Amino acid sequence: MSTQAALNFNNLCEILEKHNNDPAKLITILQEIQEVYRYLPEDIMTFVATSLGISPAKVYGVATFYSHFALKPKGKYVIKLCDGTACHVKKSTAILEALQTRLGLNEKNNTSSDGIFTIETVSCLGACGLAPVVMINEEVHGAMTPELALKEIDKIIQQEENKQ
Amino acid sequence: MITLNKIDLDQISLAYNSSLEKISGRIILCAGTACVANGAYKIRDRFLEVARAKELSISMEIQKENSGDYYLSKSGCQGFCQMGPLVTILPANILYTRVKPEDVEEIIDKTIIKGELVERLVYKAPGKETLCPTPKEIDFYKKQRRFVLKDCGIVDPEDIQEYISRGGYKNAEKVLKKMEPEEVCQEILEAGLRGRGGGGFPTGRKWALTLKEKSNKKYVICNGDEGDPGAFMDRSVMEGNPHSVIEGMIIAAKAIGADEGYVYVRAEYPLAVARMKKAVNDAESLGLLGNGIFNSDFNFKLHVMEGAGAFVCGEETALISSIEGKRGMPSPKPPYPAQKGLWGKPTVINNVETLATIPLIMNMGHAEFRKIGTENSPGTKTFAVTGHVANTGLIEVPFGTTLREIIMEIAGGVTDNNGNIDNSKFKAVQIGGPSGGCLTAEHLDMPLDFDSLKSVGAMVGSGGLVVMNEDTCMVKIAAYFMQFTQNESCGKCVLCREGTKQMLNLLNDITKGKADHNTLILLDELAEAVKAGSLCALGKTAPSPVLSTISQFKEEYRAHVEDKKCPSGNCKDLLEYKIVPELCKGCRLCAKKCPSGAITGNLKEAHIINTEICTKCGICFDTCKFKAIVKE
Amino acid sequence: MKKTLLINGNEIEIAQEKNLLEVIRKANIELPTFCYHSELSVYGACRLCLVEIEGRGIQPACSTLPEQGLKIKTHSSKVRAIRKITIELLLAKGGHDCTTCGKSGNCQLQKLAHKLGITHIRFKKEKTISIPDSTAPSIIRDPNKCVLCGDCVRMCSEIQSIGAIDFANRGKDAMVLPAFAKNMNQVECVHCGQCARVCPTGALTIKPEIDPVWQVLNDPSKTVVAQVAPAVRVAIGEEFGFPPGTTCTGQMVSALRNLGFDKVFDTSFTADLTVVEEGNEFIKRFTTQKDLPLFTSCCPAWVKFTEQYYPDLLKNLSSCKSPQQMFGSVAKKLLPGQLNIEKKDLVVVSIMPCTAKKYEARREEFTKDGIQDVDFVITTQELARMIKEGGMDFKNLAPDSFDLPLGFKTGAGVIFGNSGGVSEAVLRYVSEKLEQKKSESYEFKEVRGGDGIREFTTSIAGHEVKMAIVHSLGNARKLVNKIQAGQADYDIVEVMACPGGCIGGAGQPDYSDQSIRNSRTSGLYKNEKMIQLHKSQENPYLQEVMHQLSGSGEEAAKQVHHFLHTSYQTKKRIIKEGIEITSGKLEISVCFGTGCYLKGSQKILTTLLDQVKRDDLQTRVGIKATFCFEKCGKGPVVSFGNKIVTACTPEMALEELKTLLIENEVFS
Repeated sequence: MSTQAALNFNNLCEILEKHNNDPAKLITILQEIQEVYRYLPEDIMTFVATSLGISPAKVYGVATFYSHFALKPKGKYVIKLCDGTACHVKKSTAILEALQTRLGLNEKNNTSSDGIFTIETVSCLGACGLAPVVMINEEVHGAMTPELALKEIDKIIQQEENKQ
Repeated sequence: MITLNKIDLDQISLAYNSSLEKISGRIILCAGTACVANGAYKIRDRFLEVARAKELSISMEIQKENSGDYYLSKSGCQGFCQMGPLVTILPANILYTRVKPEDVEEIIDKTIIKGELVERLVYKAPGKETLCPTPKEIDFYKKQRRFVLKDCGIVDPEDIQEYISRGGYKNAEKVLKKMEPEEVCQEILEAGLRGRGGGGFPTGRKWALTLKEKSNKKYVICNGDEGDPGAFMDRSVMEGNPHSVIEGMIIAAKAIGADEGYVYVRAEYPLAVARMKKAVNDAESLGLLGNGIFNSDFNFKLHVMEGAGAFVCGEETALISSIEGKRGMPSPKPPYPAQKGLWGKPTVINNVETLATIPLIMNMGHAEFRKIGTENSPGTKTFAVTGHVANTGLIEVPFGTTLREIIMEIAGGVTDNNGNIDNSKFKAVQIGGPSGGCLTAEHLDMPLDFDSLKSVGAMVGSGGLVVMNEDTCMVKIAAYFMQFTQNESCGKCVLCREGTKQMLNLLNDITKGKADHNTLILLDELAEAVKAGSLCALGKTAPSPVLSTISQFKEEYRAHVEDKKCPSGNCKDLLEYKIVPELCKGCRLCAKKCPSGAITGNLKEAHIINTEICTKCGICFDTCKFKAIVKE
Repeated sequence: MKKTLLINGNEIEIAQEKNLLEVIRKANIELPTFCYHSELSVYGACRLCLVEIEGRGIQPACSTLPEQGLKIKTHSSKVRAIRKITIELLLAKGGHDCTTCGKSGNCQLQKLAHKLGITHIRFKKEKTISIPDSTAPSIIRDPNKCVLCGDCVRMCSEIQSIGAIDFANRGKDAMVLPAFAKNMNQVECVHCGQCARVCPTGALTIKPEIDPVWQVLNDPSKTVVAQVAPAVRVAIGEEFGFPPGTTCTGQMVSALRNLGFDKVFDTSFTADLTVVEEGNEFIKRFTTQKDLPLFTSCCPAWVKFTEQYYPDLLKNLSSCKSPQQMFGSVAKKLLPGQLNIEKKDLVVVSIMPCTAKKYEARREEFTKDGIQDVDFVITTQELARMIKEGGMDFKNLAPDSFDLPLGFKTGAGVIFGNSGGVSEAVLRYVSEKLEQKKSESYEFKEVRGGDGIREFTTSIAGHEVKMAIVHSLGNARKLVNKIQAGQADYDIVEVMACPGGCIGGAGQPDYSDQSIRNSRTSGLYKNEKMIQLHKSQENPYLQEVMHQLSGSGEEAAKQVHHFLHTSYQTKKRIIKEGIEITSGKLEISVCFGTGCYLKGSQKILTTLLDQVKRDDLQTRVGIKATFCFEKCGKGPVVSFGNKIVTACTPEMALEELKTLLIENEVFS
């Protein structure tokens, strides 16, 4: 654990150095930090603010403005459900409801307590030709139905159980 | 520092083309997001595997010497996403659709080795048997005018040499070496090019205004923060032909006197970010970006920045804030970016498609360009056609094309809920995304351009075209867009922040049967206030879907409010499930499945739904084999 | 040719106005706004200043340039409709329960709703979302009442250069919050209260202490004494219909007695005391050329600011307590004996123009045995409210005067209330003391003025004394940065955190116009003219009080120092600062400030971590990466438990680690 923390911290320093502690690069810096920590921990954001010479409230303001920043750790599998117009008219909502019910999550509480799943809706993944679309981590699944989506979830749950 | 500015485009071109001549054929694999999602990379791997087994030389890169017999390259999105993954075989230009890894061996055996068609992979128009082996025969392509998208789908977006071999950067060279900034602005002004990102402001005028500003520092920004749900043309250009955007930016920079630029790409587009970054690096290493480009005294440094997930950053002042590392909140204009933009310096912000059009105009001249499109909207426009149509995908047509041509011909017609083509089911098309409006059958023959759309309360916007069939509830669609804008409102100005929320409340009241006559009056009054009084374009256009659906579908709103009925049967709260006694066989199936026990009746006797208990879940409706259950 | 435009049909000349709104206001039309403040940048969010311009439609006046020939309607039906809907939307959102709101009567939203005749709200009312944050000593933040105009955010960052609060979240969830939604007392807020001053609604209000003050006033066992800061007397009248700047000392003292204060004293007396103490301190430093420039320390917001951002300047801060705290310690020392009461029964109440004074009074340094030197601090506004509650006809009260001796002051003690006043008062003392002769005149008009940063050099006894006077912390930051960059050099610097100095404090009656500050400043100078004495050293009671404080002999000087001086310490800007890399009880903090980082703090950290890992002590030793804020030339700085090691090397760090482990018996 501590070794990981030290590694992460080294990464953090490298990121800040690479961007010259330039407050104009805040968004890019936060993006890169999120790659390292998988979310934006509070102490890290305070550290960043001090390094960049801006107030922590400003960093917090930016981090909470953009939807890509996570202030809580995300699940191992991030399920992005596209709710773009094309997906919406092809009933993406039904898929969302099915997934949420299955994992016991909702809009506010969107990460499962075991840290495996996070469900997010995104405005458009740009794969409208395949509507409705679900993206699980980097993998795009097109022409989804609630049943198909649940099958994917079950597959992952199975995989995770096998690992244990 | 090593100067690489003595670049010779002709030499690169010549070398590349002679390598191309050496190969016997080329396989182009569409690697747009949709095709990749459908397994394009598995097909690529299969090609290499089969080739190895058959001792066929297929190379993934084009080399000066020892090129393979065949060149397998990837392209950006070819637009025909519905039929993907797409594989094109050159030189015959045969387009295979819905290719699977298992088809690869046959393609190699038949087409590549013997030059024969694999008929089952060839596109056939719906309901017809005629084979359409090349794009020329396919309605989807035949009726388009692929201009900006011409090279997307052919060139390898990650190969700068291929771009150059097709005349790329020639126009930038011409501009840098031979033209004065004023001349460039004038040329674009005379071409009548209007910004493709939304409002349609004349690009040449924007440039001239920025050129006029005296400043030691100016910026060019490419707005790639395409966020309209259901629109993905900018992404396709950035993924499919990134160098055309860079070339456009170099020309823009020269025209206004800028020496630094940013490409701001939406975060949801990782591939576009990667391709733009690679393109910038490649252009830099050839000396096409940097100092003393083409041996001139012109310098241009270009950065690629990834957004972080905020639709409002498509608004130019918000985008500037975001580049500056701040919350992407718009600021009042004036001052306009042309006067005080990034870091307070004069800045031009153009949309991706606009910038990609620039080299084409410089190449053909304004007179030729004006021959495309309409008098006041010259050129072409890309649209993302989605929704209830046979062929969803990315298309490009000249301004002035009618909706009928787009929907019925290019997109192959309207589909019903089961995916069958039935043009009589056409209800409306939503154009311009959350800022746009709805058009109906009466607009099908209206030539589309900036002004005609504005006159009917819609807008070109970024070019999303969502076709909807009769089973769509227009109030729900308005609510959907309002939900979107409300989520994406930055929260700065009162009218947009609170107004979108309350408009959504009112729309939800309507779909839930809680509305009365006053709801509509209030909704209308609020929509007009938000439209007139909001700070930025996001807020000002947020009410458009509401205002336009109210004016086009008055009767549908009235039915919701007064009769408490949803004519398309989408609003759950306004539905009632009923059993038609004549059709009910009394099989008990629905009663058994009903989770709330709302259905009663004896075996072989007509059943009844107790509407007091019914939760309108719809299970009975789906269960009944005799269509005895209706919702109304 | 002069440029004009038409407002509601009337021709109005365009002078130097930056925007249409100012032209319209010049035409005596009160266009409503929440987010427009002449001192802050144009924000354009409240949409209330919308006007209809012929040919251009609806436009916000605040961000439209005044141009020749514009035809403007300020109250067309379209504009009225939008304005009304805007207010309705705002009222539908928050918990605007006017009758129980601290801002009631002064709330812009309330006034506007009344003006626009809004009697019912057609939109769905939302439930209130969060509980007000009243953890800070000076400010209560109630997000339910926030209209998100951003005035507070811009005030805090643009004028004060702090940024303790900022926008967070987006769209309908947007809020103004301290970092990480913490409480106001957990972040770098310096309690200047300027955010609350510009807040148009009750979202940010001053935390009142009226109730406990009433309570002690009504408690017969308590002796309650008041001290009134100079800036209060020229502003309190505004609450009772006097023009700004009117001196109302007499009525105010009278009112205080009426309210039940046993004694009414003047903070100007201890301001005189401060002048002498600070003057002596300056002379000592100036003649030895040590720890210059001397920064004034009367302003608690500035003191906290320095402790947070410039710890290396703490030695430059005057060690003098502020006049409020000097009064507190003098009163708690002398009054029990003089009034023949027990110390615990003496209650000192300050009446201040300032909200940071509430924080200052609660600082540990000013509390002895659980008793604060100053028990309660109420603002000018709070006093006005008490007078109103007491039902007094302030205007017609018979004037009364302060009690002696702590109510006697010279003019120097009075002008402490405005920017430049402290400097002038100190100059009056220092010049005579250094030149060793009495001078005829007393005014140093060069230091007066309204500019945010004023520099000035004077010659005293053949020495050049370089001075700077700044008000607002943003200006202070600019000046300090200049000094630290070696671009400026002064002997004495006066800092007041509020624009205009204490007369512009956040506890003063609401004002939006800079001209009101100017009136109050000239009020104080006029007030001074009415006073017989103008130099602190001439205050006859100073010596007497000093003597009573310290007795005589060897110990006297020490005693004086004990009562009248204080010390400062580095403060963290935000709680939980630093990144924990291992977690254990034995704390090691490695500074990652720029200076230390460049000198190799990362190498030290890695070395320490490696060692800790080798010895498997990750759960015993807690290594943190932190900022000490001291841009000392002696980096890298590492702390091992309580020991601070400067110019640390990896080798030293390992040695220190070993020592720490042995000391704590991890190793034997």
